[in-house]
Amino acid sequence: MNVAVAAGPDLDTRLRIYRMMLEARRFEERAHQLFLEGLVKGTTHLGIGQEAVAAGFAAAMRSDDLTFCTYRGHNHTLLRGAPAGRLMSELLGRSEGVCGGKGGSMHLTWAPAGAMGSYAIVGAHLPIAAGAAWAAVERGTEQVAVCFFGDGTTNIGAFHEALNLAVVWDLPVVFVCENNLYMEYTPIGSVTAVERPAADRAAAYGLEGVVVDGNDPDVVYETAADALARARDGGGPSLIEAVTYRHGGHSRADPGTYRPDEEVRQWLARDPIPMYRTRLAGAGASEDQLGGVEQSVESWIEVAVEEAKAAPEPSVDSIATEVWADGGSRWRN
Amino acid sequence: MAELITYREAVARALAQEMERDDTVYLIGEDVAAAGGVFKTTPGLLERFGEQRVRDTPISEEAIIGAVMGAAMNGLRPVAEIMFSDFLATCWDLVANQIAKTRYMTDGQVALPLVIRTANGGGVRFGAQHSQSLENWAMSVPGLKVVAPSTPRDVIALMAASVRDPDPVIFFEHKGLFASRGEVPDGELVGQLGEASVVRSGPDATILALAAMVPKALQAADELAARGIEATVVDLRCLVPLDTRTILSTVADTGRVFTVEENPRLCGWGAEVVSIIAEEAFYDLDSPIVRITTDHIPLPASDILEDATIPSVTRIVDTVTRSLD
Repeated sequence: MNVAVAAGPDLDTRLRIYRMMLEARRFEERAHQLFLEGLVKGTTHLGIGQEAVAAGFAAAMRSDDLTFCTYRGHNHTLLRGAPAGRLMSELLGRSEGVCGGKGGSMHLTWAPAGAMGSYAIVGAHLPIAAGAAWAAVERGTEQVAVCFFGDGTTNIGAFHEALNLAVVWDLPVVFVCENNLYMEYTPIGSVTAVERPAADRAAAYGLEGVVVDGNDPDVVYETAADALARARDGGGPSLIEAVTYRHGGHSRADPGTYRPDEEVRQWLARDPIPMYRTRLAGAGASEDQLGGVEQSVESWIEVAVEEAKAAPEPSVDSIATEVWADGGSRWRN
Repeated sequence: MAELITYREAVARALAQEMERDDTVYLIGEDVAAAGGVFKTTPGLLERFGEQRVRDTPISEEAIIGAVMGAAMNGLRPVAEIMFSDFLATCWDLVANQIAKTRYMTDGQVALPLVIRTANGGGVRFGAQHSQSLENWAMSVPGLKVVAPSTPRDVIALMAASVRDPDPVIFFEHKGLFASRGEVPDGELVGQLGEASVVRSGPDATILALAAMVPKALQAADELAARGIEATVVDLRCLVPLDTRTILSTVADTGRVFTVEENPRLCGWGAEVVSIIAEEAFYDLDSPIVRITTDHIPLPASDILEDATIPSVTRIVDTVTRSLD
């Protein structure tokens, strides 16, 4: 099994990644707060603690590459370029939301930036990502599809069907397992036949089993850049297992108390954001540069939250729109 | 000029017509390429359009349907074959949760111009897991268009319309009709989704039918004519969009309505159609509406049992005659 070693991106890229991780963190902290205030409805699945995977990949992807993610998808959708105010508006169910309030926290799409959907039925988006990659090949666009999913997904049929098809058809798709050690409330190891839920399955599809530290954005970035370049050059799919940890529970309903205190403590000590700040400070980033990023993100999130709070509620006239391509919902004459 | 071809030949001709016209049209499925399809509905397409555009897949229905969904998001107009419609159950998440809802959930950001073709229906002794009439599954999910042609001409015209449609279409090809023949004109043929066809006119009763029930309804109408009952027969052709205008207009003309449905009774398409008639044309009716359906049971395999289960010409004739007495 390979553990990729990062040479490290340049300082500008690292500062960009640092900013992305901070944006994702602040966005989700505020989403959580707005949930507690009763403004975000339904449920949320936060990726707090897992930002390095989203940021490392987003920084390495080409602007026309396509992202497919899960219901834990705020960070991926945001970091591919969805406007923060409109993304937050979607969580609040407002008309300015990226999906007009029809999607909600679990179903975010921002097609103009290649964020092709967060999929809330486990496994569905792996074959969809493969299909998008297939179209990229046939149209000669040199796009790569990147598909993020959780460790629990490795035990559902669509995972295996998609990997097999992607290899047989040699598709430019990168499958990224965000292994946060828990399948909802259950430790992934207790319901999985192999130790590494994704990487140990790779050999079954003729792929290399790659495990990386999903809390190290430099490692993620370098691994992503390699996989993206290989896919773009016709080298076919990759399967990457990025080991990480969510700081909270599975969803709003889950306090996550089933996790041993010591385990939580150790992972909180490996919070990717302060770790990365320390690394950047040691790698030549000045306090002014780091503080500047932090200050800028603080004002950025305030603008986004205010925009979302001020956004109008959707008109009920919008209910019956966009079922069909003609914009309407008529099923009879 | 017209030519007599089979329903199965019409499938290949329709796909060829559309693939010739538009190089973003692709066909994938199990055994569709080298073998020409297990029902021989796609022979010659691989040779004509090449292995990139006509492609065999593994037995992976989720991968097949996911692939056409992703491809439709990214610039293709793909066609997938699901060998038996019963197998839709193995990929129903992709069909019902993903494909049907994507345009709505993204508020129009993502269009999915794709067709899922599938061999549907009974009468060929395959038993309960390879013979179902599942149009109703698709009809019950907002966001799917549902087509089920009964003639070779409609196979071509409605397949062309489905491929060109900007929305996802589930296209049900009836197994019991593959060998049936019909005339098709030369040249390109393109129909319109959501238009029923009045295939026979008579003042005494309206018989509404779909797919393999259409030829049975027509034969029944001939036998009824010998008994002095002249029936109108409507081939619905599409369930979504539904041509209620044609349905209601024939009801106004005859005042008596019968549906002939191959599906098990509960929640069959006829139930929806009948409720529309009851709401909007109640005072046009001269007698209660009667649904002629398969009983609410799985379909048996034995020829004697299967024939006694699916609505037959005799059952249609007897039911209509009794109701009009």
